[in-house]
Amino acid sequence: MKLAVDISTRLRSRDREFHLEATFSCAHDVTVIFGASGSGKSVTLQAIAGLLHPDAGTIRLNDRILFDAGAGVDVVARERRVAYVFQDYALFPHLSVEANVGFPLAPWWRPRLDATARERVATMLAAFEIGHLRASFPGQLSGGQKQRVALARALISEPSLLLLDEPLSALDPLLRERMRHQLLEWREQFGIPVVVITHDPDDVAALADEVIVFRDGRVVRTGEREAVFDAVESGPQVRRAVRRFLADAAG
Amino acid sequence: MQFSTDVLVPLVLTLKVAGCATLLVFIVGVAVAWLVARHEFRGREVLDAAMTLPMVMPPTVLGYYLIVLLGRRGWIGGWLHDAFGINLMFTWQGAVIAAAVVAFPLVYKAARAAFEDVNRQYENAARVLGSTEMAVFVRVTLPLAWRGILAGTMLAFARAMGEFGATLMVAGSIPGRTQTLSIAVYEAVQAGKDDMANFLVLVTSIVCILVLVGSGRLLRTRYA
Repeated sequence: MKLAVDISTRLRSRDREFHLEATFSCAHDVTVIFGASGSGKSVTLQAIAGLLHPDAGTIRLNDRILFDAGAGVDVVARERRVAYVFQDYALFPHLSVEANVGFPLAPWWRPRLDATARERVATMLAAFEIGHLRASFPGQLSGGQKQRVALARALISEPSLLLLDEPLSALDPLLRERMRHQLLEWREQFGIPVVVITHDPDDVAALADEVIVFRDGRVVRTGEREAVFDAVESGPQVRRAVRRFLADAAG
Repeated sequence: MQFSTDVLVPLVLTLKVAGCATLLVFIVGVAVAWLVARHEFRGREVLDAAMTLPMVMPPTVLGYYLIVLLGRRGWIGGWLHDAFGINLMFTWQGAVIAAAVVAFPLVYKAARAAFEDVNRQYENAARVLGSTEMAVFVRVTLPLAWRGILAGTMLAFARAMGEFGATLMVAGSIPGRTQTLSIAVYEAVQAGKDDMANFLVLVTSIVCILVLVGSGRLLRTRYA
């Protein structure tokens, strides 16, 4: 996987103007974008997914050009094959777990799933150990269950990149620790490259093969795992090294 | 008092007029509401005000506007007459137009609020999952806004049933053709037929209460 982002955009809201100027590329299995809230990491993720249209620049995924302002290329979100798990999961509240996960498999004029689609959904639910929740609605699920449903829905149409927006921040601390390892296992299982954004240094320590640090709409530092801390270090030492690295980057 | 001609005929006519007006208002109201709620364009607020205007204007004023527009010498009426030989004045179709104009803001306002209440995150989620804009609307936006739209539509039906002023000006009060319940009540009182007025008032009240109870139930959300 190779993702190359070089974008700039200006966002205006009533009382402030935000200028994003993000340039980075990544080629590892798990890339973590780290930064405080308001540093531009969410905007960057939305631009990669095609939900936001930068003023200038390019976005490439492998050998595909997803966005090129100069050449007038802007692939619509539905054709990018980039999956996006939102911070609040954005499960459709009016649809059951099965209909949520099967959503990408049905056309709008025939929302009922056919037998093949139902089988694919069942396989996906089994992979995330939520088969028993098939008929439940999102309002009845816990945070951890919602996350599993959101991941199953994102991965069912076999995208070429998975974007995770603060995937662990909505979970309680105990579950968060477990989910970090679970995320890595699932990533391995589906063999899909992942870009995660977070403001938690522990996520960086546990997940990142490569870290990109954002500050005030700019990339201030990037580093591969080996450059950030030694392979021989472990546990608390790793966390300390990561925190030092991030603190340096944030100035 | 003859039940079939004095009560049943105006009741059926009223339901027919209100039903057709509601269908018309539903299609146009939802479309305009979606346009205003989900798109930025010049004159958006002016359009919103214009769409709400029938709510605050006296029905007789609206009726007068409709006569100017739809009458034999009106802009639209003249064209309809010359091109197709259609005349809307003093017909039940004219009553439908009058009721639709008066009831329109109820659907439009409710639908706009319902669309604005739909979190755009859900629409974005559908887009990244491969949905076209049509699919986003049909599978996500509309189902999530459905209750508010339906509640507004039922109110519009109730309003269309009770329409008096604009209808009287555009369609008149021809028994069996354009005399709806509310106009029949007025005529009965004017003619001193108290029994009939009482009965018509009772029928109208029951139908209106049923509609309001129904829309009240729909307003309660299911997913919270």
